[in-house]
Amino acid sequence: MAEQNPTGAPEAPAPSPVPSGPRIPTVIADDVHIVYRVYGGSTGRGSATAALNRLVRRTPGAGVREVHAVKGVSFTAYRGEAIGLIGSNGSGKSTLLKAIAGLLPAERGKVYTDGQPSLLGVNAAMMNDLTGEKNVMLGGLAMGMSREQIRERYQGIVDFSGINEKGDFITLPMRTYSSGMAARLRFSIAAAKDHDVLMIDEALATGDRSFQKRSEARIRELRKEAGTVFLVSHNNRSIRDTCDRVLWLEHGQLLMDGPTEEVVRAYEKETAR
Amino acid sequence: MSTVSETTHDSAVAMSAPPSPDDGLSAAELAKKYGLAVSGARPPLGEYARQLWARRHFILAFSRAKLTAQYSKAKLGQVWQVATPLLNATVYFLIFGLLMQQSKGMGIKTYIPFLVTGIFVFTFTQSSAMAGVRAISGNLGLVRALHFPRAALPISFALQQLQQLLYSMVVLFLFLLGFGHMPSLSWLLIVPVLVFQFCFNTGLAMVLARAGSKTPDLAQLLPFVTRTWMYASGVMYSLVDALEKAKAPGWVVDVLSANPAAVYIDLMRWSLIENHSRIHLPPHVWSLALGWALVFGVGGFVYFWKAEEQYGRG
Repeated sequence: MAEQNPTGAPEAPAPSPVPSGPRIPTVIADDVHIVYRVYGGSTGRGSATAALNRLVRRTPGAGVREVHAVKGVSFTAYRGEAIGLIGSNGSGKSTLLKAIAGLLPAERGKVYTDGQPSLLGVNAAMMNDLTGEKNVMLGGLAMGMSREQIRERYQGIVDFSGINEKGDFITLPMRTYSSGMAARLRFSIAAAKDHDVLMIDEALATGDRSFQKRSEARIRELRKEAGTVFLVSHNNRSIRDTCDRVLWLEHGQLLMDGPTEEVVRAYEKETAR
Repeated sequence: MSTVSETTHDSAVAMSAPPSPDDGLSAAELAKKYGLAVSGARPPLGEYARQLWARRHFILAFSRAKLTAQYSKAKLGQVWQVATPLLNATVYFLIFGLLMQQSKGMGIKTYIPFLVTGIFVFTFTQSSAMAGVRAISGNLGLVRALHFPRAALPISFALQQLQQLLYSMVVLFLFLLGFGHMPSLSWLLIVPVLVFQFCFNTGLAMVLARAGSKTPDLAQLLPFVTRTWMYASGVMYSLVDALEKAKAPGWVVDVLSANPAAVYIDLMRWSLIENHSRIHLPPHVWSLALGWALVFGVGGFVYFWKAEEQYGRG
């Protein structure tokens, strides 16, 4: 899974987009449809009697709404590409990433991938009541790293996040962190692992300017190691800086697929109206 | 540099990619040629078990983290791990031991350890079931963000309850000593009992996790079921005595005392309490204990694995 360049194709230098030699597909999406099922709006974990009442009165299928989030998207991604996903809020970008990662099953169509794509979504495993230190361990294990790997990279993660620049924060519970600090630690943990296909969802929106710079550098580095990088962002500048190909999604459909400049310019023209 | 795959929408920009031998291939053929696999497909059972084993450190760390996070805001912190079961047992002692004089016939010296054992052992199963039913539906964020064998979640929650029970056992030992039950060799029997019960609980948690991921309403229904189960398992009274008093037919006694909760509770009592004679144990009790553990442990695992690729849909 993790071997690089099995065909001997030279690794492209970071900013240059086109790897010479045969192009090896890493992700193939074939007419992917994704449907969410949402259970009625007001299901709290209320009193037991109310729950029983609901169960008794419940008719099959009532209260279930289907959201057709992605409608027939097809594309092929190749080794060495960095692909940006743009589109307005709710256009299905994040959902598509989750389907590529195999986290949301596709209703129709198929996603084929090389190895296990990973989503930079380590925050879900982290717990606010635990110290940053413990969260580094927990997040790393959740991503599938071994304990030794985490111990080896621990200092690197803490240094990269810059959490300890303003005192010994890593030994405090994460609920005491500012939102920027927490986001930085999350990104640092997630970026510490080597990935085959890496997907990043708005990770660069947070953090101060110097941290954003560091993150972008790290993404370019990851892209060199990984086959393919996907990036969802509303920040066209960071898309331009890191991606060489862009998919534009709107209403769950692929509107445009092409080189960054072309697609981003068309997107900007559309959104400027 | 990039092409649009052959089947995509026509609004895409035409690219000047060099012609490639792959151009005529369908997506499935292309995937096959380069050895790409369907994303999120369910691995075979053996492979699944291997993946799960590879995540054992995560399972353990996750259960510990949940346990620690529970009391991390309290001033007394982790003292509550022991204080909570202690208070729990005290309340039952006040109500059943002092107020209702339920201990008649058994003597307070036997009844209090009898009651506390029953409550702790049953709570272990009950809370594993409650945590199990929400293992997937309550952790959709995690399921939708990271890739790992989903069985890690129910197992982790069952493991958290086991650790909670070990704290409770400290309280139980205090109660036993306090009521004059000295440690004996039979105390060692609680180890196999705990192993069996843990297997049973894990299997139960996996079954409920799958059911709860499809029907979240089960989380609301389950408290009623476990409460009924509790009264049917003789947690606060001797099941056999109570049923005889009610003149229940013999098969009811047999069925109720063979239910897994009653089996594990009675075995635990029998191992720990001196005066708790063998009479209260149903025949073949050890085979029952092992049988429940195997049926639920293995069956639950297979049942959970069967729906592996569907978790996370909502």
